[in-house]
Amino acid sequence: MVPLSAYLLLSGILFACGVTGFLIKRNVITIFMSIELMLNGVNLSFVAFAAHWQALSGQVFVFFVMVVAAAEASVGLAIIIAVYRTRETLNVDQVNLLKL
Amino acid sequence: MLHWVIFLVFGAISVAASINLLAQRHPIDSALSLIAVLASLAVEYLLLGAEFVAAVQVIVYAGAIMVLFVFTIMLLNAGEEERTRGSRVALLFGVPGMLVGSILITWILLRYSDTQAVSVGALPGTPTAIAPLLFHDFLLPFEVTSVLILIAIMGAVVLASRETLPPAKEGRQR
Repeated sequence: MVPLSAYLLLSGILFACGVTGFLIKRNVITIFMSIELMLNGVNLSFVAFAAHWQALSGQVFVFFVMVVAAAEASVGLAIIIAVYRTRETLNVDQVNLLKL
Repeated sequence: MLHWVIFLVFGAISVAASINLLAQRHPIDSALSLIAVLASLAVEYLLLGAEFVAAVQVIVYAGAIMVLFVFTIMLLNAGEEERTRGSRVALLFGVPGMLVGSILITWILLRYSDTQAVSVGALPGTPTAIAPLLFHDFLLPFEVTSVLILIAIMGAVVLASRETLPPAKEGRQR
């Protein structure tokens, strides 16, 4: 059997990739996809712990995380469309209306 | 042994695809890499015995949410124009890679052919086991998520609708 630490290592790698993409990417859609990558890394650790402790509640929490991710993606992409209509760009460096 | 092989193969696929998500400059390439990550994570969930979560991962995540992403990328015509020269890379590495991968899988399956097939209800995380938790123990969060989804639908429609053109023009003065 694959130990728990291997799954946690993979989860951490995916989360780190998500954080890196969130920080270095300039396209707002790619930043959103990095957030989804982070959520998936956390989901993998949830399922790994659920399998390790034989507790199915972790899998239910993964379901809830997926629901929240779906809501976040729909609202966020609608915001991206609205921003694109007014600013005509997807580059986060040029969406600086709130900057002093 | 077979657990390790499957874990390593699909873990490597997910890590490589997530690094590819960072490396690509066009959003549609990143989206396709993310789909590869989600699909390989579904295999990892299946390896952990979470049948229901793996199915939901493929249907909701790799299906619905990524369709939203790809649709938005197509709608906004996102990304810089760059010539696509990925097809030569696919010919050079993709086809031999797929060949080697399928040969490897076939060899493993023939070598360890004493591993019998897993029936549908044999893993712990079946929908039958998830349902009492979801509809009894976590009933209130489940209903709250349905309200959340409803609010998200209405918010998305309000935000993305084009009906409020005069206020949008007023708000355009920068």
